[in-house]
Amino acid sequence: MELGQHISQRYNEELEDIRSKVLKMGGMVELQAENAVKSLLSHDRGLAKEVATTDSKINAMEMEIDEDCIRVIARRQPTARDLRLVIAVSKVITDLERIGDEAEKIALYSKKLAKKKTTIGMHADLTHLSELVLNILHDSLDAFARMDADQAVKILGSDKQVNVEFDNLSRLSITFMMEDPRQIKGTLRVNWCARSLERIAEHAQNICEYVIFLVKGKDVRHTSLEHIRSKYFPHDLDEETEENQAG
Amino acid sequence: MTELKPDIEKRSEFDIEINGTVGKPFVDNPKMSSRNCDVFYGDKQAIFDVNLDIANNEIIAMIGPSGCGKSTYLRVLNRMNDTIPICKVTGEHTLDGEDIYGKKQDPVLLRARVGMVFQKPNPFPKSIYDNVAYGARLHGLASNRSELDDVVESSLIKAGLFKEVKDDLNKPGTGLSGGQQQRLCIARAIAVDPEVILMDEPTSALDPIATALIEELMDELKENYTIAIVTHSMQQAARVSQRTAYFHLGKLVEVNETDKVFTNPEHQLTENYITGRFG
Repeated sequence: MELGQHISQRYNEELEDIRSKVLKMGGMVELQAENAVKSLLSHDRGLAKEVATTDSKINAMEMEIDEDCIRVIARRQPTARDLRLVIAVSKVITDLERIGDEAEKIALYSKKLAKKKTTIGMHADLTHLSELVLNILHDSLDAFARMDADQAVKILGSDKQVNVEFDNLSRLSITFMMEDPRQIKGTLRVNWCARSLERIAEHAQNICEYVIFLVKGKDVRHTSLEHIRSKYFPHDLDEETEENQAG
Repeated sequence: MTELKPDIEKRSEFDIEINGTVGKPFVDNPKMSSRNCDVFYGDKQAIFDVNLDIANNEIIAMIGPSGCGKSTYLRVLNRMNDTIPICKVTGEHTLDGEDIYGKKQDPVLLRARVGMVFQKPNPFPKSIYDNVAYGARLHGLASNRSELDDVVESSLIKAGLFKEVKDDLNKPGTGLSGGQQQRLCIARAIAVDPEVILMDEPTSALDPIATALIEELMDELKENYTIAIVTHSMQQAARVSQRTAYFHLGKLVEVNETDKVFTNPEHQLTENYITGRFG
């Protein structure tokens, strides 16, 4: 996928500008999520405060990019992949903004949790879940930056692992709450953080779906992973079969 | 987000091959149909092996860069190329399954069934009434004056012009505005009750309002007629047509539903053209 090569150099610049703004916004959101997680795991109140105040910049960025998209649609009447880029961007930034919101929520809970400097015995599980989610977020932003549908489809379906981790954490927190009702408040907060992490992974996967739409021109939302892979990524399955046969 | 550069597949336009037509050039029960169409101007080949069906009551848009053969192909469909001595058309061309280049086919009668509207409005230097009545008289479609009046009125109504000219029917057609002249030409084409209307850039000389009126008219006409339109405006093709055919260097590259062509075209050359890229 290439954005350039329009006869109108200005049009190239406009699309490139939109794309680089999305990448910048993606970078900001990723940093927000990382910092939120860091503040949660290391009980860093200062960092949590910083995350909570940075969210407005992301919101402003979302509005700015949306405005750019509207302007390109009005002035250039984009078609085919250009049209798909503008539409995909407009959707990607909505998910990015939501990820920012979830990071903010995590930061707010972290601030409260940090007072007692405890994640109530769930530190290891939280670390695990956080790493998993941050990796998914990183990979999906990477897939968007490279406009790489093959990478995007690999990320789809990784929510299964997230759900497993999330369920584990929920079960653990129920145990803690039953053992010591005084811990309920804190435990619930940890649980809400886990919930936010799970949402971040979900939004990251949406981004991957838009990358596939952008590159392949197919809307793969609300479609089973098996169907997506067999229909639009047959070479993936071939590779897998070969690997299986080799193995 | 460390990697900021997308994986760019390097592509040169000259590397892109055209191997036959991609998409859906054929339909069930076509109104008009061409197979293995080649067109030559003297030694120079203008069209290479075009295979295409035009469906009943559809608007099919033909787009492509200048000199790609789209107008030449349109003129194949009502034998307008017969008027150019050095032009040679080969292949099979049918209207309702009838060979339009057959020995029994009278090109004048064919052109009554397959009408044409040109880029520049070209009313005859006659009255508005006579412009519309011309074809009907020629083909003996009316036996008396009142029948002829009816043909003229209904054609002008269908062309969306009647209200504007009903009191000026005896004034010269050349005195109308450009958009009105073009609608007069459409009325003239409709008056002989054609089955297919070919339009060769019918709005390229008109302003946006007159263009919108013609496009609206096309939408109404498609209830009763089959329309093939050649246009340089991709937005126009996107607005009016159900199917779009993309020509490139005399070859028919892609034919698909218009929705598909403008959101996710199959061929790289189509994509380059409609997105305004080099190629």
